[in-house]
Amino acid sequence: MDSAQSLQSAHAGHTAHAAGALRASRTLRSLRSIKRRDNFTGYLFLLPCFAFFGVFLFYPLAKSVYLSFQITNPRGEVAAYAGLDNYASLFASGAAFLATLKATVLFTLYTVPAGIVIALVLAVMTHAKRPAMKAFQYAFSLPVVISAGTGAAIWILLFHPSAGMLNYFLGLLHLKPVFWLADPKWALVSVSMMTVWMNLGFNYIVLLGGLRGISDDIYDSLKLDGPGPFRSAFGVLIPLLSPTLFFLLIVSVIGAFQTFGQIHILTKGGPMDSTNVMVYRIYQEAFVNFRFGSGSAQALVLFAVILALTLAQFFWLEKKVHYQ
Amino acid sequence: MSSKWSAGVRYLFLMLCALAVLYPILFAFSNAFMTPEESQAYPPAMFPSRLYLRNFADVLGLVPIGRFLLNSLVVSAVIMAGQLVTASLAAYAFAFVPFRGKNAVFFLFLSTMMIPWEVTIIPNYLTVKSWGWMDSYAGLTIPFLASTFGIFLLRQFFLQMPKELIEAARMDGCGHLRVFAIIVLPLARPALATLGVYVFLNAWNQYLWPLLITNTDTKRTVQIGISMLKWEEFISYGLLLAGVSLVLLPSLLLLALGLKQLVRGITAGAVKG
Repeated sequence: MDSAQSLQSAHAGHTAHAAGALRASRTLRSLRSIKRRDNFTGYLFLLPCFAFFGVFLFYPLAKSVYLSFQITNPRGEVAAYAGLDNYASLFASGAAFLATLKATVLFTLYTVPAGIVIALVLAVMTHAKRPAMKAFQYAFSLPVVISAGTGAAIWILLFHPSAGMLNYFLGLLHLKPVFWLADPKWALVSVSMMTVWMNLGFNYIVLLGGLRGISDDIYDSLKLDGPGPFRSAFGVLIPLLSPTLFFLLIVSVIGAFQTFGQIHILTKGGPMDSTNVMVYRIYQEAFVNFRFGSGSAQALVLFAVILALTLAQFFWLEKKVHYQ
Repeated sequence: MSSKWSAGVRYLFLMLCALAVLYPILFAFSNAFMTPEESQAYPPAMFPSRLYLRNFADVLGLVPIGRFLLNSLVVSAVIMAGQLVTASLAAYAFAFVPFRGKNAVFFLFLSTMMIPWEVTIIPNYLTVKSWGWMDSYAGLTIPFLASTFGIFLLRQFFLQMPKELIEAARMDGCGHLRVFAIIVLPLARPALATLGVYVFLNAWNQYLWPLLITNTDTKRTVQIGISMLKWEEFISYGLLLAGVSLVLLPSLLLLALGLKQLVRGITAGAVKG
Protein backbone atom coordinates (compact mmCIF):
# COMPACT_ATOMS: atom_id res chain seq x y z
CA MET A 1 0.00 0.00 0.00
CA ASP A 2 2.69 2.30 1.08
CA SER A 3 4.70 1.67 -1.95
CA ALA A 4 1.67 2.00 -4.22
CA GLN A 5 0.84 5.31 -2.57
CA SER A 6 4.31 6.58 -2.96
CA LEU A 7 4.34 5.37 -6.51
CA GLN A 8 1.10 7.20 -7.14
CA SER A 9 2.35 10.38 -5.57
CA ALA A 10 5.56 10.05 -7.49
CA HIS A 11 3.52 9.63 -10.62
CA ALA A 12 1.43 12.67 -9.69
CA GLY A 13 4.58 14.61 -9.04
CA HIS A 14 5.93 13.52 -12.35
CA THR A 15 2.78 14.63 -14.16
CA ALA A 16 2.88 17.96 -12.36
CA HIS A 17 6.50 18.32 -13.33
CA ALA A 18 5.74 17.40 -16.91
CA ALA A 19 2.86 19.88 -17.02
CA GLY A 20 5.10 22.58 -15.59
CA ALA A 21 7.74 21.85 -18.18
CA LEU A 22 5.13 21.91 -20.88
CA ARG A 23 3.81 25.25 -19.65
CA ALA A 24 7.31 26.63 -19.42
CA SER A 25 8.14 25.52 -22.91
CA ARG A 26 4.88 26.98 -24.19
CA THR A 27 5.66 30.39 -22.62
CA LEU A 28 9.15 30.10 -24.00
CA ARG A 29 7.77 29.35 -27.42
CA SER A 30 5.27 32.21 -27.27
CA LEU A 31 8.05 34.50 -26.01
CA ARG A 32 10.15 33.40 -28.92
CA SER A 33 7.31 33.97 -31.35
CA ILE A 34 6.72 37.45 -29.88
CA LYS A 35 10.40 38.14 -30.32
CA ARG A 36 10.29 36.87 -33.88
CA ARG A 37 7.19 38.93 -34.57
CA ASP A 38 8.88 42.01 -33.04
CA ASN A 39 11.89 41.50 -35.28
CA PHE A 40 9.59 41.25 -38.28
CA THR A 41 7.48 44.28 -37.29
CA GLY A 42 10.53 46.39 -36.55
CA TYR A 43 12.00 45.86 -39.99
CA LEU A 44 8.60 46.16 -41.67
CA PHE A 45 8.18 49.62 -40.16
CA LEU A 46 11.65 50.54 -41.37
CA LEU A 47 11.16 49.18 -44.88
CA PRO A 48 10.07 52.42 -46.62
CA CYS A 49 13.03 54.28 -45.17
CA PHE A 50 15.43 51.49 -46.13
CA ALA A 51 14.17 51.61 -49.71
CA PHE A 52 14.61 55.37 -50.12
CA PHE A 53 17.92 55.47 -48.25
CA GLY A 54 19.23 52.54 -50.26
CA VAL A 55 18.66 54.18 -53.62
CA PHE A 56 19.35 57.83 -52.79
CA LEU A 57 21.90 57.67 -49.96
CA PHE A 58 23.78 54.39 -49.62
CA TYR A 59 24.24 53.68 -53.30
CA PRO A 60 25.49 57.22 -54.07
CA LEU A 61 27.75 57.04 -51.02
CA ALA A 62 29.31 53.84 -52.30
CA LYS A 63 29.67 55.36 -55.74
CA SER A 64 31.42 58.39 -54.25
CA VAL A 65 33.84 56.12 -52.42
CA TYR A 66 34.57 54.47 -55.75
CA LEU A 67 35.02 57.84 -57.46
CA SER A 68 37.40 59.03 -54.73
CA PHE A 69 39.95 56.47 -55.92
CA GLN A 70 39.68 57.58 -59.55
CA ILE A 71 40.70 60.46 -61.74
CA THR A 72 37.70 61.72 -63.70
CA ASN A 73 37.38 63.75 -66.84
CA PRO A 74 35.31 66.98 -66.71
CA ARG A 75 32.20 65.06 -67.77
CA GLY A 76 32.47 62.92 -64.64
CA GLU A 77 33.59 59.76 -66.42
CA VAL A 78 36.40 57.75 -64.88
CA ALA A 79 39.64 58.39 -66.74
CA ALA A 80 42.24 56.56 -64.66
CA TYR A 81 42.75 54.77 -61.38
CA ALA A 82 44.27 57.14 -58.82
CA GLY A 83 44.69 54.91 -55.79
CA LEU A 84 45.15 57.05 -52.71
CA ASP A 85 46.49 60.05 -54.64
CA ASN A 86 43.33 62.14 -54.11
CA TYR A 87 43.61 61.68 -50.35
CA ALA A 88 47.38 62.09 -50.27
CA SER A 89 47.29 65.41 -52.13
CA LEU A 90 44.60 66.69 -49.75
CA PHE A 91 46.76 66.11 -46.67
CA ALA A 92 49.90 67.15 -48.52
CA SER A 93 48.37 70.58 -49.02
CA GLY A 94 48.81 70.99 -45.23
CA ALA A 95 48.26 74.67 -44.51
CA ALA A 96 45.39 75.09 -47.00
CA PHE A 97 43.58 72.07 -45.56
CA LEU A 98 44.12 73.31 -42.00
CA ALA A 99 42.79 76.75 -42.97
CA THR A 100 39.49 75.30 -44.24
CA LEU A 101 39.26 73.09 -41.15
CA LYS A 102 39.84 76.14 -38.93
CA ALA A 103 37.21 78.19 -40.77
CA THR A 104 34.71 75.33 -40.40
CA VAL A 105 35.37 74.84 -36.68
CA LEU A 106 35.21 78.60 -35.99
CA PHE A 107 31.97 78.88 -37.93
CA THR A 108 30.50 76.03 -35.84
CA LEU A 109 31.64 77.67 -32.59
CA TYR A 110 30.22 81.06 -33.63
CA THR A 111 26.83 79.71 -34.72
CA VAL A 112 25.85 76.63 -32.66
CA PRO A 113 26.14 77.76 -29.00
CA ALA A 114 24.79 81.26 -29.73
CA GLY A 115 21.94 79.85 -31.82
CA ILE A 116 20.82 77.38 -29.13
CA VAL A 117 21.22 79.72 -26.13
CA ILE A 118 19.32 82.62 -27.74
CA ALA A 119 16.50 80.32 -28.84
CA LEU A 120 16.37 78.68 -25.39
CA VAL A 121 16.10 82.01 -23.54
CA LEU A 122 13.37 83.21 -25.91
CA ALA A 123 11.46 79.90 -25.75
CA VAL A 124 11.57 79.75 -21.93
CA MET A 125 10.36 83.38 -21.75
CA THR A 126 7.50 82.94 -24.21
CA HIS A 127 6.15 79.39 -23.86
CA ALA A 128 3.65 80.16 -21.08
CA LYS A 129 0.07 81.25 -21.74
CA ARG A 130 0.40 84.98 -21.10
CA PRO A 131 -0.99 87.95 -23.02
CA ALA A 132 0.72 88.67 -26.36
CA MET A 133 2.83 85.50 -26.23
CA LYS A 134 1.33 84.17 -29.46
CA ALA A 135 2.57 87.27 -31.27
CA PHE A 136 6.06 86.77 -29.86
CA GLN A 137 5.96 83.08 -30.76
CA TYR A 138 5.15 83.97 -34.33
CA ALA A 139 7.87 86.62 -34.44
CA PHE A 140 10.60 84.33 -33.12
CA SER A 141 9.55 81.42 -35.35
CA LEU A 142 9.51 83.63 -38.41
CA PRO A 143 13.11 83.17 -39.63
CA VAL A 144 12.30 79.50 -40.29
CA VAL A 145 10.77 80.59 -43.60
CA ILE A 146 14.06 82.14 -44.73
CA SER A 147 16.17 80.15 -47.17
CA ALA A 148 19.88 80.65 -47.72
CA GLY A 149 18.89 82.26 -51.02
CA THR A 150 16.33 84.77 -49.74
CA GLY A 151 18.24 85.38 -46.48
CA ALA A 152 21.49 86.11 -48.27
CA ALA A 153 19.68 88.37 -50.76
CA ILE A 154 18.40 90.48 -47.86
CA TRP A 155 21.61 90.49 -45.81
CA ILE A 156 23.93 91.29 -48.69
CA LEU A 157 22.04 94.60 -48.90
CA LEU A 158 22.19 95.09 -45.10
CA PHE A 159 25.94 94.36 -45.11
CA HIS A 160 26.71 96.85 -47.90
CA PRO A 161 29.65 98.97 -46.65
CA SER A 162 28.32 102.43 -47.67
CA ALA A 163 24.58 102.03 -48.34
CA GLY A 164 23.89 99.15 -45.92
CA MET A 165 21.68 99.57 -42.89
CA LEU A 166 24.09 97.89 -40.44
CA ASN A 167 26.75 100.57 -40.97
CA TYR A 168 24.04 103.23 -40.88
CA PHE A 169 23.03 101.98 -37.41
CA LEU A 170 26.69 101.91 -36.31
CA GLY A 171 26.97 105.52 -37.53
CA LEU A 172 24.00 106.50 -35.37
CA LEU A 173 25.94 105.09 -32.39
CA HIS A 174 29.05 107.04 -33.51
CA LEU A 175 30.91 103.83 -34.32
CA LYS A 176 33.21 103.35 -37.27
CA PRO A 177 31.76 101.49 -40.25
CA VAL A 178 32.73 97.84 -40.59
CA PHE A 179 33.53 96.18 -43.89
CA TRP A 180 31.35 93.24 -43.01
CA LEU A 181 32.06 90.95 -45.93
CA ALA A 182 35.28 92.45 -47.30
CA ASP A 183 37.36 92.45 -44.08
CA PRO A 184 39.00 89.05 -43.47
CA LYS A 185 38.63 89.63 -39.71
CA TRP A 186 34.89 90.20 -40.01
CA ALA A 187 33.65 88.09 -42.92
CA LEU A 188 33.20 84.84 -40.97
CA VAL A 189 31.56 86.71 -38.08
CA SER A 190 29.18 88.40 -40.54
CA VAL A 191 28.19 85.15 -42.21
CA SER A 192 27.73 83.65 -38.73
CA MET A 193 25.45 86.51 -37.64
CA MET A 194 23.26 85.95 -40.67
CA THR A 195 23.28 82.19 -40.03
CA VAL A 196 22.32 82.50 -36.34
CA TRP A 197 19.43 84.73 -37.41
CA MET A 198 18.37 82.32 -40.15
CA ASN A 199 18.49 79.27 -37.83
CA LEU A 200 16.78 80.98 -34.90
CA GLY A 201 13.28 80.14 -36.11
CA PHE A 202 13.99 76.43 -36.33
CA ASN A 203 15.77 76.24 -32.96
CA TYR A 204 13.00 78.24 -31.32
CA ILE A 205 10.21 76.05 -32.72
CA VAL A 206 11.92 72.82 -31.65
CA LEU A 207 12.53 74.12 -28.11
CA LEU A 208 8.98 75.48 -27.84
CA GLY A 209 7.69 72.04 -28.86
CA GLY A 210 9.91 70.44 -26.21
CA LEU A 211 8.70 72.85 -23.51
CA ARG A 212 5.09 72.15 -24.45
CA GLY A 213 5.78 68.43 -24.12
CA ILE A 214 6.55 68.84 -20.40
CA SER A 215 3.43 68.10 -18.39
CA ASP A 216 1.34 70.87 -16.85
CA ASP A 217 1.78 69.35 -13.37
CA ILE A 218 5.42 70.31 -13.45
CA TYR A 219 4.69 73.91 -14.40
CA ASP A 220 2.00 74.04 -11.67
CA SER A 221 4.37 72.71 -9.05
CA LEU A 222 6.97 75.24 -10.17
CA LYS A 223 4.44 78.03 -9.58
CA LEU A 224 3.56 76.70 -6.10
CA ASP A 225 7.11 76.11 -4.93
CA GLY A 226 8.18 79.32 -6.62
CA PRO A 227 11.93 78.90 -6.94
CA GLY A 228 12.07 82.02 -9.12
CA PRO A 229 12.06 82.14 -12.90
CA PHE A 230 15.76 81.53 -13.48
CA ARG A 231 16.25 78.75 -10.97
CA SER A 232 13.13 77.01 -12.20
CA ALA A 233 14.34 77.33 -15.76
CA PHE A 234 17.77 75.94 -15.14
CA GLY A 235 17.13 73.54 -12.26
CA VAL A 236 13.98 71.86 -13.52
CA LEU A 237 13.19 72.68 -17.13
CA ILE A 238 16.63 72.07 -18.63
CA PRO A 239 16.96 68.47 -17.38
CA LEU A 240 13.42 67.76 -18.60
CA LEU A 241 14.23 69.42 -21.90
CA SER A 242 17.53 67.60 -22.31
CA PRO A 243 16.37 65.14 -25.02
CA THR A 244 15.26 68.08 -27.15
CA LEU A 245 18.43 70.06 -26.42
CA PHE A 246 20.58 67.07 -27.26
CA PHE A 247 18.75 66.60 -30.54
CA LEU A 248 19.20 70.28 -31.36
CA LEU A 249 22.91 70.19 -30.56
CA ILE A 250 23.56 67.19 -32.82
CA VAL A 251 21.53 68.61 -35.69
CA SER A 252 23.09 72.08 -35.34
CA VAL A 253 26.67 70.84 -35.39
CA ILE A 254 25.99 68.74 -38.47
CA GLY A 255 24.21 71.66 -40.13
CA ALA A 256 27.09 74.03 -39.36
CA PHE A 257 29.61 71.64 -40.90
CA GLN A 258 27.49 71.46 -44.07
CA THR A 259 26.71 75.17 -44.52
CA PHE A 260 27.03 76.22 -48.11
CA GLY A 261 24.34 78.49 -49.57
CA GLN A 262 24.95 81.72 -47.67
CA ILE A 263 28.73 81.40 -48.07
CA HIS A 264 28.33 80.84 -51.80
CA ILE A 265 26.18 83.94 -52.13
CA LEU A 266 27.75 86.30 -49.57
CA THR A 267 31.53 85.74 -49.69
CA LYS A 268 32.42 82.94 -52.12
CA GLY A 269 34.92 81.64 -49.56
CA GLY A 270 36.83 84.91 -49.35
CA PRO A 271 38.27 87.33 -48.44
CA MET A 272 41.67 85.64 -48.15
CA ASP A 273 39.99 82.23 -47.63
CA SER A 274 38.62 83.41 -44.26
CA THR A 275 35.22 81.86 -45.01
CA ASN A 276 36.48 78.98 -47.15
CA VAL A 277 34.78 76.22 -45.14
CA MET A 278 35.19 72.55 -46.06
CA VAL A 279 31.95 72.25 -48.00
CA TYR A 280 32.74 75.31 -50.07
CA ARG A 281 36.14 73.92 -50.96
CA ILE A 282 34.53 70.64 -52.01
CA TYR A 283 32.03 72.52 -54.16
CA GLN A 284 34.84 74.36 -55.92
CA GLU A 285 36.81 71.19 -56.47
CA ALA A 286 33.87 69.26 -57.93
CA PHE A 287 31.67 71.82 -59.68
CA VAL A 288 34.13 74.59 -60.58
CA ASN A 289 37.33 72.63 -61.28
CA PHE A 290 35.38 69.48 -62.30
CA ARG A 291 37.69 67.19 -60.32
CA PHE A 292 34.98 64.82 -59.11
CA GLY A 293 37.45 62.23 -57.82
CA SER A 294 39.31 64.63 -55.58
CA GLY A 295 36.03 66.34 -54.62
CA SER A 296 34.61 62.98 -53.54
CA ALA A 297 37.72 62.26 -51.50
CA GLN A 298 37.34 65.58 -49.66
CA ALA A 299 33.64 65.00 -49.12
CA LEU A 300 34.40 61.64 -47.55
CA VAL A 301 37.00 63.21 -45.24
CA LEU A 302 34.35 65.74 -44.19
CA PHE A 303 31.93 62.88 -43.63
CA ALA A 304 34.44 61.12 -41.38
CA VAL A 305 34.99 64.30 -39.34
CA ILE A 306 31.26 64.87 -38.82
CA LEU A 307 30.70 61.20 -37.99
CA ALA A 308 33.44 61.26 -35.34
CA LEU A 309 32.03 64.45 -33.80
CA THR A 310 28.51 63.02 -33.62
CA LEU A 311 29.64 59.73 -32.09
CA ALA A 312 31.68 61.70 -29.53
CA GLN A 313 28.60 63.71 -28.57
CA PHE A 314 26.59 60.52 -28.20
CA PHE A 315 29.13 58.83 -25.98
CA TRP A 316 29.85 61.82 -23.75
CA LEU A 317 26.57 63.63 -23.61
CA GLU A 318 23.75 61.14 -23.98
CA LYS A 319 24.42 59.83 -20.44
CA LYS A 320 23.46 63.27 -19.16
CA VAL A 321 20.23 63.26 -21.16
CA HIS A 322 17.22 62.59 -18.98
CA TYR A 323 14.59 60.45 -20.71
CA GLN A 324 11.25 60.13 -18.94
CA MET B 1 4.86 96.03 -7.44
CA SER B 2 8.16 94.30 -8.10
CA SER B 3 6.42 91.58 -10.11
CA LYS B 4 4.78 94.29 -12.23
CA TRP B 5 8.22 95.80 -12.81
CA SER B 6 9.74 92.48 -13.78
CA ALA B 7 6.84 91.79 -16.14
CA GLY B 8 7.40 95.19 -17.74
CA VAL B 9 11.12 94.55 -18.14
CA ARG B 10 10.40 91.13 -19.61
CA TYR B 11 8.00 92.52 -22.20
CA LEU B 12 10.42 95.31 -23.09
CA PHE B 13 13.24 92.80 -23.56
CA LEU B 14 11.04 90.54 -25.70
CA MET B 15 9.93 93.48 -27.83
CA LEU B 16 13.52 94.52 -28.49
CA CYS B 17 14.40 90.93 -29.42
CA ALA B 18 11.37 90.66 -31.70
CA LEU B 19 12.31 93.93 -33.40
CA ALA B 20 15.86 92.67 -34.02
CA VAL B 21 14.61 89.33 -35.36
CA LEU B 22 11.97 90.89 -37.59
CA TYR B 23 14.03 93.80 -38.87
CA PRO B 24 15.58 92.10 -41.94
CA ILE B 25 12.14 90.90 -43.06
CA LEU B 26 10.54 94.32 -42.46
CA PHE B 27 13.43 95.81 -44.40
CA ALA B 28 12.71 93.48 -47.33
CA PHE B 29 8.98 94.15 -47.39
CA SER B 30 9.19 97.92 -46.93
CA ASN B 31 11.90 98.30 -49.59
CA ALA B 32 9.80 96.24 -51.99
CA PHE B 33 7.31 99.12 -51.97
CA MET B 34 9.90 101.88 -52.41
CA THR B 35 10.74 103.77 -55.57
CA PRO B 36 14.37 103.45 -56.71
CA GLU B 37 15.01 107.00 -55.43
CA GLU B 38 13.55 106.20 -52.02
CA SER B 39 15.58 103.04 -51.51
CA GLN B 40 18.78 104.91 -52.36
CA ALA B 41 18.03 107.94 -50.18
CA TYR B 42 20.34 108.98 -47.36
CA PRO B 43 19.57 108.87 -44.52
CA PRO B 44 17.73 105.69 -45.49
CA ALA B 45 13.95 105.70 -45.25
CA MET B 46 12.51 103.10 -42.87
CA PHE B 47 9.12 102.97 -44.55
CA PRO B 48 7.91 103.76 -48.08
CA SER B 49 6.09 107.07 -48.44
CA ARG B 50 3.33 105.39 -50.47
CA LEU B 51 2.52 101.90 -51.80
CA TYR B 52 4.60 101.82 -54.95
CA LEU B 53 3.63 98.60 -56.77
CA ARG B 54 5.78 98.98 -59.84
CA ASN B 55 8.47 96.62 -58.46
CA PHE B 56 5.98 93.76 -58.17
CA ALA B 57 4.60 94.34 -61.65
CA ASP B 58 8.15 94.44 -63.07
CA VAL B 59 9.16 91.23 -61.27
CA LEU B 60 6.06 89.37 -62.46
CA GLY B 61 6.87 90.51 -65.98
CA LEU B 62 10.48 89.34 -65.73
CA VAL B 63 9.79 85.74 -64.60
CA PRO B 64 6.62 83.53 -64.46
CA ILE B 65 6.37 83.56 -60.67
CA GLY B 66 2.81 82.16 -60.59
CA ARG B 67 3.93 78.94 -62.28
CA PHE B 68 6.97 78.72 -59.99
CA LEU B 69 4.75 79.14 -56.92
CA LEU B 70 2.49 76.29 -58.07
CA ASN B 71 5.47 74.01 -58.72
CA SER B 72 6.96 74.74 -55.32
CA LEU B 73 3.60 74.10 -53.67
CA VAL B 74 3.13 70.67 -55.29
CA VAL B 75 6.71 69.57 -54.64
CA SER B 76 6.73 70.71 -51.01
CA ALA B 77 3.35 69.11 -50.22
CA VAL B 78 4.35 65.73 -51.67
CA ILE B 79 7.68 65.70 -49.83
CA MET B 80 5.96 66.64 -46.56
CA ALA B 81 3.33 63.89 -46.81
CA GLY B 82 5.91 61.26 -47.73
CA GLN B 83 8.30 62.14 -44.92
CA LEU B 84 5.55 62.16 -42.28
CA VAL B 85 4.60 58.58 -43.23
CA THR B 86 8.10 57.12 -43.51
CA ALA B 87 9.52 58.95 -40.47
CA SER B 88 6.68 58.16 -38.07
CA LEU B 89 6.79 54.45 -38.96
CA ALA B 90 10.54 54.25 -38.49
CA ALA B 91 10.53 56.34 -35.31
CA TYR B 92 7.89 54.04 -33.81
CA ALA B 93 10.06 51.03 -34.54
CA PHE B 94 13.09 52.66 -32.91
CA ALA B 95 11.16 53.87 -29.87
CA PHE B 96 8.83 50.96 -29.07
CA VAL B 97 9.64 47.74 -30.98
CA PRO B 98 12.44 45.66 -29.44
CA PHE B 99 13.89 44.14 -32.60
CA ARG B 100 17.28 42.60 -33.10
CA GLY B 101 20.00 44.94 -34.35
CA LYS B 102 18.05 48.06 -33.37
CA ASN B 103 21.03 50.05 -32.10
CA ALA B 104 23.13 49.16 -35.12
CA VAL B 105 20.37 50.18 -37.53
CA PHE B 106 19.75 53.38 -35.58
CA PHE B 107 23.38 54.39 -35.83
CA LEU B 108 23.40 53.45 -39.49
CA PHE B 109 20.43 55.76 -40.05
CA LEU B 110 21.93 58.46 -37.90
CA SER B 111 25.11 58.32 -39.91
CA THR B 112 23.12 59.05 -43.08
CA MET B 113 22.30 62.45 -41.58
CA MET B 114 25.99 63.22 -41.66
CA ILE B 115 26.49 62.35 -45.32
CA PRO B 116 27.14 65.76 -46.84
CA TRP B 117 24.96 66.50 -49.85
CA GLU B 118 27.98 66.83 -52.15
CA VAL B 119 28.73 63.15 -51.60
CA THR B 120 25.38 62.05 -52.99
CA ILE B 121 24.41 64.77 -55.41
CA ILE B 122 26.45 63.68 -58.45
CA PRO B 123 25.41 59.99 -58.37
CA ASN B 124 21.78 61.01 -57.64
CA TYR B 125 21.81 63.38 -60.56
CA LEU B 126 23.01 60.54 -62.79
CA THR B 127 20.34 58.17 -61.39
CA VAL B 128 17.48 60.60 -61.93
CA LYS B 129 18.76 61.40 -65.40
CA SER B 130 19.01 57.73 -66.40
CA TRP B 131 15.43 57.13 -65.22
CA GLY B 132 14.15 60.00 -67.37
CA TRP B 133 13.00 62.02 -64.38
CA MET B 134 14.59 65.29 -65.43
CA ASP B 135 12.10 68.19 -65.42
CA SER B 136 9.47 66.15 -63.59
CA TYR B 137 7.76 66.23 -60.21
CA ALA B 138 9.03 62.67 -59.64
CA GLY B 139 12.62 63.82 -59.92
CA LEU B 140 11.96 66.78 -57.65
CA THR B 141 10.23 64.79 -54.89
CA ILE B 142 11.08 61.07 -54.75
CA PRO B 143 14.72 61.42 -53.63
CA PHE B 144 13.47 63.31 -50.53
CA LEU B 145 10.61 61.10 -49.30
CA ALA B 146 12.59 59.79 -46.32
CA SER B 147 14.88 61.65 -43.96
CA THR B 148 16.84 60.65 -40.89
CA PHE B 149 16.18 64.07 -39.49
CA GLY B 150 12.46 63.36 -39.26
CA ILE B 151 13.03 59.89 -37.79
CA PHE B 152 15.37 61.27 -35.14
CA LEU B 153 13.03 64.15 -34.25
CA LEU B 154 10.00 61.87 -33.85
CA ARG B 155 12.00 59.23 -31.96
CA GLN B 156 13.02 61.82 -29.38
CA PHE B 157 9.40 62.95 -29.02
CA PHE B 158 8.16 59.36 -28.78
CA LEU B 159 10.69 58.60 -26.04
CA GLN B 160 9.30 61.48 -23.99
CA MET B 161 5.84 59.82 -24.03
CA PRO B 162 4.65 57.90 -20.95
CA LYS B 163 5.97 54.37 -21.50
CA GLU B 164 3.29 52.82 -19.21
CA LEU B 165 0.58 53.77 -21.70
CA ILE B 166 2.18 51.87 -24.56
CA GLU B 167 3.10 48.90 -22.37
CA ALA B 168 -0.46 48.68 -21.03
CA ALA B 169 -1.90 48.64 -24.52
CA ARG B 170 0.56 45.92 -25.54
CA MET B 171 -0.40 43.82 -22.47
CA ASP B 172 -4.04 44.15 -23.52
CA GLY B 173 -3.10 42.45 -26.77
CA CYS B 174 -2.90 45.46 -29.06
CA GLY B 175 -0.68 44.85 -32.08
CA HIS B 176 2.06 47.33 -32.93
CA LEU B 177 0.15 48.74 -35.88
CA ARG B 178 -2.86 49.49 -33.65
CA VAL B 179 -0.76 51.04 -30.89
CA PHE B 180 0.95 53.12 -33.56
CA ALA B 181 -2.27 54.33 -35.16
CA ILE B 182 -4.50 54.67 -32.10
CA ILE B 183 -2.17 55.77 -29.30
CA VAL B 184 1.15 57.04 -30.57
CA LEU B 185 0.11 59.07 -33.62
CA PRO B 186 -2.61 61.09 -31.84
CA LEU B 187 -0.28 61.79 -28.91
CA ALA B 188 2.44 62.80 -31.34
CA ARG B 189 0.35 65.37 -33.18
CA PRO B 190 2.39 68.34 -31.97
CA ALA B 191 5.60 66.65 -33.08
CA LEU B 192 4.05 65.66 -36.42
CA ALA B 193 2.89 69.24 -36.96
CA THR B 194 6.36 70.52 -36.13
CA LEU B 195 7.92 68.07 -38.56
CA GLY B 196 5.31 68.72 -41.26
CA VAL B 197 5.75 72.47 -41.21
CA TYR B 198 9.51 72.11 -41.06
CA VAL B 199 9.72 69.66 -43.96
CA PHE B 200 7.39 71.77 -46.07
CA LEU B 201 9.42 74.92 -45.52
CA ASN B 202 12.69 73.13 -46.17
CA ALA B 203 11.36 71.67 -49.40
CA TRP B 204 10.12 75.13 -50.32
CA ASN B 205 13.59 76.52 -49.69
CA GLN B 206 15.52 73.88 -51.66
CA TYR B 207 17.93 75.42 -54.06
CA LEU B 208 20.68 73.32 -55.58
CA TRP B 209 18.69 70.19 -56.52
CA PRO B 210 15.89 71.95 -58.46
CA LEU B 211 18.54 74.05 -60.13
CA LEU B 212 20.33 70.90 -61.33
CA ILE B 213 17.39 68.84 -62.55
CA THR B 214 15.02 71.44 -64.05
CA ASN B 215 15.78 73.02 -67.38
CA THR B 216 12.45 74.56 -68.34
CA ASP B 217 10.18 77.12 -66.72
CA THR B 218 7.30 74.60 -66.50
CA LYS B 219 8.90 72.70 -63.60
CA ARG B 220 11.15 75.34 -62.03
CA THR B 221 10.59 76.18 -58.39
CA VAL B 222 10.34 79.55 -56.79
CA GLN B 223 13.86 79.70 -55.32
CA ILE B 224 15.28 79.31 -58.81
CA GLY B 225 13.00 82.15 -59.89
CA ILE B 226 14.65 84.37 -57.30
CA SER B 227 18.10 83.33 -58.45
CA MET B 228 17.12 84.15 -62.04
CA LEU B 229 16.40 87.68 -60.78
CA LYS B 230 19.80 87.89 -59.15
CA TRP B 231 21.56 87.13 -62.41
CA GLU B 232 19.77 90.00 -64.13
CA GLU B 233 22.09 92.98 -64.58
CA PHE B 234 20.51 95.60 -62.39
CA ILE B 235 19.02 97.12 -60.33
CA SER B 236 17.17 98.71 -57.60
CA TYR B 237 16.99 97.09 -54.18
CA GLY B 238 13.24 97.38 -54.60
CA LEU B 239 12.94 95.00 -57.54
CA LEU B 240 15.04 92.24 -55.96
CA LEU B 241 13.27 92.59 -52.62
CA ALA B 242 9.86 92.55 -54.33
CA GLY B 243 10.82 89.13 -55.70
CA VAL B 244 12.07 88.02 -52.26
CA SER B 245 8.80 89.23 -50.70
CA LEU B 246 6.70 87.26 -53.19
CA VAL B 247 8.67 84.11 -52.41
CA LEU B 248 8.43 84.66 -48.65
CA LEU B 249 4.71 85.47 -48.56
CA PRO B 250 3.33 81.90 -48.95
CA SER B 251 5.71 80.50 -46.32
CA LEU B 252 4.82 83.33 -43.92
CA LEU B 253 1.15 82.43 -44.35
CA LEU B 254 1.90 78.74 -43.85
CA LEU B 255 3.78 79.54 -40.67
CA ALA B 256 0.81 81.53 -39.36
CA LEU B 257 -1.47 78.53 -40.06
CA GLY B 258 1.14 75.98 -38.99
CA LEU B 259 1.82 77.62 -35.64
CA LYS B 260 -1.90 77.53 -34.88
CA GLN B 261 -1.98 73.84 -35.88
CA LEU B 262 0.98 73.28 -33.64
CA VAL B 263 -0.73 74.88 -30.64
CA ARG B 264 -3.98 73.01 -31.28
CA GLY B 265 -2.13 69.68 -31.52
CA ILE B 266 -0.31 70.44 -28.31
CA THR B 267 -3.52 71.25 -26.45
CA ALA B 268 -5.11 68.02 -27.71
CA GLY B 269 -2.07 66.03 -26.55
CA ALA B 270 -1.99 67.78 -23.20
CA VAL B 271 -5.49 66.65 -22.21
CA LYS B 272 -4.41 63.39 -20.71
CA GLY B 273 -6.53 60.38 -19.80
